[in-house]
Amino acid sequence: MNLYVYTLRRLLYIIPVLLGVCAIVFFLFSVVSPDPTLIMLGKHASVQQMEELRRELGLDRPWFIQYLDIVKSAFTFDFGRSWSTKQEILTMIKQGAIPSLTLSLPAFILSFVISITISLFVAFYRGKILDKIAIFGCVSMMSISSLAYILFGQWFFGYKLGLFEISGYEYGFPDFVPYVILPGIIWIILGLGPDVRFYRTILLDEIYQDYVRTARAKGLGESLILFKHVLKNAMIPIITYLIIAIPFLILGALLLESFFSIPGLGAMTLNAVNASDFPVIKAMTILTSVAYIIFSVITDICYTLVDPRVRLK
Amino acid sequence: MATEQQSKSLWQHAWETLLRDKMAVVAMIIIFVYMAMAVLSATGIIVSDWAAEVGPSYGAPSLDHWFGLDMFGRSVLAKTIKGTEVAISVGFIASLLSLVIGVTLGSIAGYFGGRVDEFIVWFYTTFTSIPNIMLLVAITFISGKGLKAVILALGLTGWVSLCRLIRGEVIRHKDREYVHAASAIGGGNYRKLVKHILPNVTHIMIISFSLQFQIAIKSEVILSYLGLGVQGRPSWGIMIDDAKLELARGVWWQLGAATFAMALVVLAFNILGDALRDALDPKLKGK
Repeated sequence: MNLYVYTLRRLLYIIPVLLGVCAIVFFLFSVVSPDPTLIMLGKHASVQQMEELRRELGLDRPWFIQYLDIVKSAFTFDFGRSWSTKQEILTMIKQGAIPSLTLSLPAFILSFVISITISLFVAFYRGKILDKIAIFGCVSMMSISSLAYILFGQWFFGYKLGLFEISGYEYGFPDFVPYVILPGIIWIILGLGPDVRFYRTILLDEIYQDYVRTARAKGLGESLILFKHVLKNAMIPIITYLIIAIPFLILGALLLESFFSIPGLGAMTLNAVNASDFPVIKAMTILTSVAYIIFSVITDICYTLVDPRVRLK
Repeated sequence: MATEQQSKSLWQHAWETLLRDKMAVVAMIIIFVYMAMAVLSATGIIVSDWAAEVGPSYGAPSLDHWFGLDMFGRSVLAKTIKGTEVAISVGFIASLLSLVIGVTLGSIAGYFGGRVDEFIVWFYTTFTSIPNIMLLVAITFISGKGLKAVILALGLTGWVSLCRLIRGEVIRHKDREYVHAASAIGGGNYRKLVKHILPNVTHIMIISFSLQFQIAIKSEVILSYLGLGVQGRPSWGIMIDDAKLELARGVWWQLGAATFAMALVVLAFNILGDALRDALDPKLKGK
C-alpha cells in the first residue's frame, strides 16, 4: 500500500475511534451513572430543586444533544465549568499541566536512560547469574504495591531522614525543584521493574537474529554488536513504547501527585472523583484519550517511515 | 486404539515441565495456601473474630501478635488473612469476567472476520484509547463503589489484550486443514469454533488468566486506597491507606503486613505465569 494512502487511512480512522471514546464517556456518565443532581443536592432534595438543577446543568436536553456536546468538546477542548469549583475546566487544566509536567517530564526521561542502561547491561550478561538476579529483581519489584513505595519513600527519605520536601509545590523554575525530587525518584523506581524487563525482552529478541550472527561471524566484538547493531534495531519497539507512554504524562502520576500534594492534573482528577465532579472527570478522560489517539497515529506513521514492511498490511 | 507407548498429550507434557520448575511449584503452593486462606476465612472457619480487640492500640509486633495491632487493638495478622478474601475473590471473579469477554469477542472477531471483525477491532481500539486508570475509576465510581464495583471495573477493563491475542490465533487457525475437515463432515460455525479451534488456544487463556489475576489484585489495592473499593471489611488497600497516618508514629507493621501479603501472592502469580508460558507455549520459551 502506498505510504500516502496508508497515512490518510490511518488519519481517517481517528474519527470513528474518537466518536467511540465519546460514546463510552457518554454511556458511563450520562446513561448508567447515578443521577448527578442527587449526588450534588443530597438525599433530601425536593423534586423541584432537582428539576431546576437538571435544567441548569443541561441534563434535561435530549440525549443526542448531550452526546454531541461531548463530541464537540473533544475538538474544541471547551469542557464547560467544573461543578465543584465553578472554574472554567480548560483553565484548570492549563494550570494543572505545569506542575504535572515538571514532575513527569524529567522523571520520564531519567527513567528511560536508567532503565535502558540497566537492560543493556543485563542483555550483555544474558543467561548468566547476573541476568537471572536482575530478572528476579524486576519481577519482585513489580510485585510490591506502588502505594508501598510511595508511603515508605515519603516516610523514610522525607520524614525520617529529612532529605526532601514531603509535600507541597511552588511555581517557577528553581523553586519547584525540591518538591519534585522525591516523587521523581519514586517514579523512576516504580518504572524500573516493568521497563527493564520489557527492554531486555526487546533486546534479546534482536540478539538471536541472523544479522547479529553475521556481525559475530565477521569478528565484531560483543559490546559493539550490542550497542551499535542491536540497539539500533531494538529502538523501533522501544520508541513505540515511549511515544505511547507520553499521553499518560499529562495525567502526571495520579497517586504521586495526591500523596505529595502537587497541584497537577492527576491530583485534580482524584479531587474531581472525590467530589463527584463529572465534567472534570469527563474532560480528563477525553483529553488523555485524544492525546493517546494522536500519539498512536504518530507512532504508526513513524513506524512505516522507518520500517517499510509494516505498510504491507 | 490402545498402543503400548501412548505419546504424551500437550497437557501432560506441560504439567511435567511445570513440576520440574522448582520456582513454579513453590509459586503454586503459595497460591494454593492463599486460596485456602480465602475460602476458610470466607466460610468463617478462621479469623472470624478479626474485629475483636485483643490488646492495646498500636501494640508492636510480639510473640502473641506477630504482626502487631492496629489502632483499635485488632490483630494485624488476622486482618491480613481476612484481606486475602477480598483480594482472591476480586482477582478470581474479575479475571474470569475478562476471560469470558476477551475470548467471546476475540474468537467472534477472528472467526467471522469482515464487518463483525471491523466492529470489534474498532471497539477495542476505542477502549484502549481511554487510559485504564480513568476507566477503572469511572466504572467503580458509577457502579456505586464497594466490592462488586471493583470486580466489575477490573473485569470490564482487563479483556482487551486477551481479545487481541485470541483474535490473532483464531485467524491463524480458521483456515487450517482440521477446521476444513470439520466442515467437511458437516460441522457448523459454532461447532468448529468452540469444539475445534478454541481448545487449541486454551493455553493463551490460562496464561492470560494468571497474569490478569495479579493485575486485579494490585489494582484492587489502589482502588480501595482511593476510597472506591471495599468498605467495612479488611482489605490490603485499606490497611495501606491506614498506614499513611501511622508511619509518622513509627507504626510500620500494618503497611509491612499488607505489602508483604500482597507482594508474595503477586510474585507467585508472576512466576507461575512465566512458567506456564514456557510450559504451554514452547515458541515463546526464554523470552
